[in-house]
Amino acid sequence: MNLNAVAIVYRKEFTEWVRDRRTLISTVLVPLLIFPVMIVGIIAVGSVMVGKAEKEIPTIMIVDAENSPDLVAKLEKLDEFKVVPYAPNYRDKISDREIRAAIEIPKDFQASLQSGSLQTVKVYFYDGELKSSLGANRLEKFLKEYREGIVKERLASKNLPASVLTPFDVKQENVAPPEKVSGATIGTFVGYMVIILSMTGAMYPAIDLTAGEKERGTIETVLSSPISRLDLVLGKFLLVFSASIVAAILSVTSMGISFALLGRAHLTDSNGQAMQLHLGLLSIVFVFLMALPLAFLFSALLMTIALFAKSYKEAQSYLTPITFVAVIPAIASVMPGVELTPKLALVPILNTSLLCKEIMTGTYHWGSIALIFASTCVYAGAALFLAFKTFQRESVLFRS
Amino acid sequence: MIEARGLSKRFHDKKRGEIRAVDHVSFRCEPGRIYGLLGANGAGKTTTLRILATILEPSDGTALVCGHDVVEEPEKVRANVGFLSTATALYPRLTAQELVEYFGRLNGLDEATLKKRVDDIFSRLDMDGFRERRCDKLSTGMKQKTSIARTLVHDPPVMIFDEPTLGLDIMTARTITTFIRECRDRGKTVIFSTHIMSEVEKLCDVIGIIHDGKLLAEGTLAQLRERHGEQDLEELFVKVVSPLQSRVEV
Repeated sequence: MNLNAVAIVYRKEFTEWVRDRRTLISTVLVPLLIFPVMIVGIIAVGSVMVGKAEKEIPTIMIVDAENSPDLVAKLEKLDEFKVVPYAPNYRDKISDREIRAAIEIPKDFQASLQSGSLQTVKVYFYDGELKSSLGANRLEKFLKEYREGIVKERLASKNLPASVLTPFDVKQENVAPPEKVSGATIGTFVGYMVIILSMTGAMYPAIDLTAGEKERGTIETVLSSPISRLDLVLGKFLLVFSASIVAAILSVTSMGISFALLGRAHLTDSNGQAMQLHLGLLSIVFVFLMALPLAFLFSALLMTIALFAKSYKEAQSYLTPITFVAVIPAIASVMPGVELTPKLALVPILNTSLLCKEIMTGTYHWGSIALIFASTCVYAGAALFLAFKTFQRESVLFRS
Repeated sequence: MIEARGLSKRFHDKKRGEIRAVDHVSFRCEPGRIYGLLGANGAGKTTTLRILATILEPSDGTALVCGHDVVEEPEKVRANVGFLSTATALYPRLTAQELVEYFGRLNGLDEATLKKRVDDIFSRLDMDGFRERRCDKLSTGMKQKTSIARTLVHDPPVMIFDEPTLGLDIMTARTITTFIRECRDRGKTVIFSTHIMSEVEKLCDVIGIIHDGKLLAEGTLAQLRERHGEQDLEELFVKVVSPLQSRVEV
């Protein structure tokens, strides 16, 4: 191996790379912008939409209102609902979003309250439709309060304290620090995103430096120079690897900045708690370190596969399914309940993704970290060896 | 000096089975002379020249280029060779100067020698007007000059040209043929493949007629004319390759 020759190839490939708009977009722009756009954009838009839906006074309908004039009177008094006159096609009206929900009062409801027999009040809503669900939730809350009021009255009439029905209270206490709670929430997709971006960062340079060279006819030009194939592969590989690292660094940096900014925005989670989206520097550094051997693996693998193609387009069609194959383990890691086990620590991509999830919550299992780092390094080395061997094959280089 | 000794190259094709692209070809090219490899499309010219340039490995036989074996010392062979063909394209995002410098560095030239060599070649080929221009912005003629500069930058003693004028207009083709003559006049060993008879008549000192991977005839133009009793090169070529052609058809 001649390091000087490797450096010459690398320098030339770098010059060409920075002049290529396509690779710059995939390596620099996308990783830099995807986190602010995704996190700030989607979550902010989402919270605006939820906020808007929550502010809306739901339009509801009462079915069989005559069965409980008392309940209807209480419901109509509230500003929280806009009660519209009954129409027999109330189900269609919910589906058509003309009303958000409907409440059906059973026959002899009022009488059964006196007698103490059990009755069921139905709340109709459209599942999956946010405003309808919110309307139904409010109706349920109202009914719960109404029911509790009746219970209190019954207990009072028999001179019994309220504690008769609730002999003890249950309260959950969170011991995880706030950053770990937010880490668990956002960590599930951070590792995934870094992995995907380091792969897409490597993808276009990998195509350009292999199939691109074949398509442009420059492969024969460089093969006629005295450089050895090993030095040529290494020079090219280092550029693809650099592109992948740049994409990983930019995505991690962008992620850190986005979360720092979001931390000030005081977003709330599903329980209404303020989410502290603060990521420790150590977590970020570790996510990056664990992404390194994976970026190495992606670079060598993508280069090897792209080399089989005769043109840029053909290489894209080879690599697109490969991208899906690589995305599957990354997605699997996001699934709830998938935990890092010694066996899974040997599955490439999935292991790093799961580890990133742990790191984001501030958990460092050094044994797993070492095992995953080492196993990914072995896979990466094998992929580079494969890339070198493929570059030796005339049937691949001059496929016609 | 080039010496091919029983060169063979077999490819495997899924549909056609084994293909003998080059079949026991032997010849010698001397310094200061142009050896013309004349053959139809698919005759084995490109494969032969790619083996000599060590881009492909022979299946059998070998060749010596400046005393170096193409199988044993491919990198030393390439350091002594300038290879030019229509398939050897330029890097579109490099400037003409960057491209020539890149190949100079790959050939191990130090920066001082490289600068001197590049300045000299660019001035000799009248390329100073576009040295800073990217290769994808060059005209066909400019691209050919840049390719020539690329092959010359390490001043190799052996030049290999694989159908270098294919698809070029007359003026650009003339630049190439003039350059090939200059190489010979500077004492370089030149091997040149073509299927254009007029180019062979104008340029070649020795002609090898290749067909179906086999070298069927070899000699100076005068020797070939005398041996086959035919003055017109095209007729002579057909006469040499046709017996084999008819055998193949039978």
